[in-house]
Amino acid sequence: MTQLNMVQAINLALREEMARDDRVVLLGEDVGKDGGVFRITEGLFEQFGPDRVIDTPLSESAIVGAAVGMAAYGLRPVAEIQFMGFIYPAVDQLFAHAARIRTRSRGRFAAPLVVRTPYGGGIKAPELHEESTEAFFCHMPGIKVVVPSGPYSAKGLLLAAIRDPDPVLFLEPTRLYRMVKEEVPEGEYTIPLGRARIARPGSAVTVVAWGSMLQRTLKAVEGYDAEVIDPQTLSPFDGETLLTSVEKTGRLVIVHEAPRTCGLGAEIAATVAEEAILHLRGPVLRVAGPDVPVPLAKLVDHYLPSPERIQAALDEVLRY
Amino acid sequence: MPESTLATFSVKRLEIIDQNGNADEALLPSLSGDELRRLYYLLLLTRTFDGRALALQREGRIGTYPSVLGQEAAQVGSAFAIAREEWVFPAFREMGALFTLGYPIHQLFQYWGGDERGLRTPDGMNIFPICVSVGTHLPHAAGAALAARTRGDRTAVVAYFGDGATSKGDFHEAFNLAGVFRLPVVFICQNNQWAISIPLAAQTASPTLAQKALAYGFDGIQVDGNDVLAVYRATREALEKARSGGGPTFIECLTYRMADHTTADDASRYRPPEEVAAWRERDPLLRFERFLARRGLWNEEYAAELKGKAEGEIDEAVRRFEAVPPPEPGGMFDFVGAELSSRQRRQREEVTTF
Ligand SMILES: Cc1ncc(C[n+]2csc(CCOP(=O)(O)OP(=O)(O)O)c2C)c(N)n1
Repeated sequence: MTQLNMVQAINLALREEMARDDRVVLLGEDVGKDGGVFRITEGLFEQFGPDRVIDTPLSESAIVGAAVGMAAYGLRPVAEIQFMGFIYPAVDQLFAHAARIRTRSRGRFAAPLVVRTPYGGGIKAPELHEESTEAFFCHMPGIKVVVPSGPYSAKGLLLAAIRDPDPVLFLEPTRLYRMVKEEVPEGEYTIPLGRARIARPGSAVTVVAWGSMLQRTLKAVEGYDAEVIDPQTLSPFDGETLLTSVEKTGRLVIVHEAPRTCGLGAEIAATVAEEAILHLRGPVLRVAGPDVPVPLAKLVDHYLPSPERIQAALDEVLRY
Repeated sequence: MPESTLATFSVKRLEIIDQNGNADEALLPSLSGDELRRLYYLLLLTRTFDGRALALQREGRIGTYPSVLGQEAAQVGSAFAIAREEWVFPAFREMGALFTLGYPIHQLFQYWGGDERGLRTPDGMNIFPICVSVGTHLPHAAGAALAARTRGDRTAVVAYFGDGATSKGDFHEAFNLAGVFRLPVVFICQNNQWAISIPLAAQTASPTLAQKALAYGFDGIQVDGNDVLAVYRATREALEKARSGGGPTFIECLTYRMADHTTADDASRYRPPEEVAAWRERDPLLRFERFLARRGLWNEEYAAELKGKAEGEIDEAVRRFEAVPPPEPGGMFDFVGAELSSRQRRQREEVTTF
């Protein structure tokens, strides 16, 4: 087995799936000859040619809209949006069309497509390059939202996403692209969508975190008896794994870098309030980004939940 | 009924100075010697800024930076025609246009250094913040122009963007508005022929960008974007037309991005070196120097003196930029809205404590 970083793991997943299934095509800005601005699609243009790795004009709405048409026609498009902040021009296609075509056509058409995009902060890039607005997309019925938090899960989840019969938004934590290496097997394995993973077992408090916040949380909880859950799929959310853990620990902390108000943490807290409130021994705490646009490099470290803030939340909830 | 032709179109191209600095005297805009020398200084200042920004980026003193190398004439020439009170909507690669309009240089270093306070336009200048999301600012320009007309102001609006932006829906929607309402707006495209790795031919099937305006019912013209006087002349005429109720104009400045797309890019992966070399020969500064030399307005000594002056101005801007104390963490809450919610006020305290 080989140690791969997330860039290599995603590249391997795309390469293998394109070789296995000739319906899989890639499209997006700079994905071809340049191999993508993060080199995710490096070498695929050379291997599969311009009909399957399509450099598009600079048009996000057209990229996602075309993917809807391609998917309906029978292909399995995997579209890349260069940064999550540039998906907004394509939101109409994603929300008004990809998410609803199955409903609108009463099952006659579907949109089995994947939209991949780097997301998240802490890379000291310009405005709109560090967005974490996953909650918008989780609010939209008809789309699945997947966030891997390491190379191994990136490959397994992406294969599952490409094979999923419905549209999937696949968010790649930019900060993790080259940060961690893991054993990533070649060949077939998938991680089912909609299922969380216990990233670290524990019994005194449950902590939920995804994307690059998962890695940060795993470091922050060292020395605590914390059970860390990596949801892997944010929508649909695996409530069962969450509730089982909270019933055991009686405490819950949610960590996300997205702004606090109406972030996914609110939904997770509400789920626990509805279904496991009698198991709780203390308040549910959120460690989140503040309700401001992600600031530029000089302040972004003050924006992202720090290990100290995560630990302060753990200390507080453990007092109960 | 037999077939007939309903419409035919042609697209004009403007070039005033040739590669050797010879000018078409009939087309020369009326500019004094001082103004010509000022234009030259602004070209030089832009190039000096650019070189320094690249060096600062390599030293880790600023973040990712998009070079303007090769596009100085398109920027300086167009901005030189814009009046101070006019509204300008830049994209992200318009450093030269911004200096020409009087935007403080140290603030641009500050912005690219990761401090949003650099984006605050000084009072009295109507320059919108740098737009990172490609092409999405074009409807704003149309809107401002609509407002100017509603108010009865004889002012014009200018929007800058790249060739890649012409593929965005917002470009087409803004053009359509501008055409339908005959708005006082000038759209200036710096066609530097690459949008990261995508060459013009893979961006659009139309042989010129200028012709895109025709479909929306207004004039489009292609200008040699490395000829500062041609760009100036075309922009001045378009602005005059806009101010006097003649409607919108689209100016395509055909130029070339000589550097990488940004400091995070490696253009050698997708771009033939011969192409870059050929465009080096067509350097906009070189061409203008030759023109000025022919008129007795330029020699090596003068150039060296001005270079020193530009270096000094940039040194000073870097000093000012680096002397600004870093923003307070609570600064991320400044201006999120006119007022903070109670929740945001609490968060602000939290951010300041940790
Ligand atoms: C909506 C949007 N999509 C993608 C990007 C990423 N991106 C930044 S610049 C760029 C190319 C822009 O090309 P062009 O409009 O020709 O301007 P140039 O960079 O050549 O000056 C891309 C794809 C972006 N900033 N905004």
